[in-house]
Amino acid sequence: MLTNQEIAEDLIRQFGEDGITNPVEHYGLLNVETTADRIIAVVEYLHRHPRFKFNFLTDMAGIHFPDAKGKELGMIYHLHSWENNVRVMVKVFVPIEAPVLPTMVNVFACANWMEREAYDFFGFQFEGHPNLIRILNVEEMDYFPMRKEYPLEDATRKDKIDELFGR
Amino acid sequence: MSDIQTAKAPRIEAPDGYQGEGFFATQLDKVVGLARSNSLWPLPFATSCCGIEFMATMGSHYDLARFGSERPSFSPRQADMLMVMGTIAKKMGPIVKQVYLQMAEPRWVIAVGACACSGGIFDTYSVLQGIDRIIPVDVYVPGCPPRPEQILDGVMQLQEIAKNESIRRRNLPEYQALMESYAIQ
Repeated sequence: MLTNQEIAEDLIRQFGEDGITNPVEHYGLLNVETTADRIIAVVEYLHRHPRFKFNFLTDMAGIHFPDAKGKELGMIYHLHSWENNVRVMVKVFVPIEAPVLPTMVNVFACANWMEREAYDFFGFQFEGHPNLIRILNVEEMDYFPMRKEYPLEDATRKDKIDELFGR
Repeated sequence: MSDIQTAKAPRIEAPDGYQGEGFFATQLDKVVGLARSNSLWPLPFATSCCGIEFMATMGSHYDLARFGSERPSFSPRQADMLMVMGTIAKKMGPIVKQVYLQMAEPRWVIAVGACACSGGIFDTYSVLQGIDRIIPVDVYVPGCPPRPEQILDGVMQLQEIAKNESIRRRNLPEYQALMESYAIQ
């Protein structure tokens, strides 16, 4: 029976107190935070671990916290261990001026499209990705929709004029 | 059992013409209009929820086939009317336009549902705000989703248009100006 305490202790033993920070448990799920230069090592360690065997990358989620200066864009890797039936979330935060992360495609092949989606919506630059282009939006789009930056509405729009809404 | 009254079928008026023994002579465009309006073969471009309502319309209860749409096909070359039902994303726009371009004249477009008419409730970065931004539309059926009776009403409106249009409308200057405005040759 694998507990979150064991996983957290093992990770801190392997990567140090400054490598794995802020281990918390949300609804029974272990979250740990790490840095962009260690993320591949952490995920690969969890993947190849003889006992933990986190061999399934469930999801890669992106998030934008505009108030956390220097650590605005976050990438959360959801890992799942089939044999032990345990999930863990590994978070990385990068600044919005340089949202660069190493690519996970060499560890998990499914990360290919997940990273393309993260680039499409948040603007993450994954180093080493074979084909980092937009996947769900039109190619000509020049902004990143899921960032919490909301420009004023285009004043030259011809539909949805104020008259139609009684203004 | 004998006091059940059968519904009387509505009389469809024949066009004015000269009738004789075994023949009926009338104007060509009236005959062509009748033929076109009563055999509109749809191309169901069903994307979202309105597509489900269209499936109900095609079913036996709200039968669309009794209006002449006996053969819905997904081949644009063999269809008369393009029924766009559902949300069209900006990435889907060029595909809708290509399907429309592949249709042969005479062709009509019905925009079914709020999303096809104007983008619906999805005023967002990814949704095309109405298919009339890329192709000319003949009938708009509002609703979210419209009931099958509404969709049938839209088809009946299109039947009126098809009956009363000139038989070679592609030569009319207004039509050519319309196609110019959409950059369609």
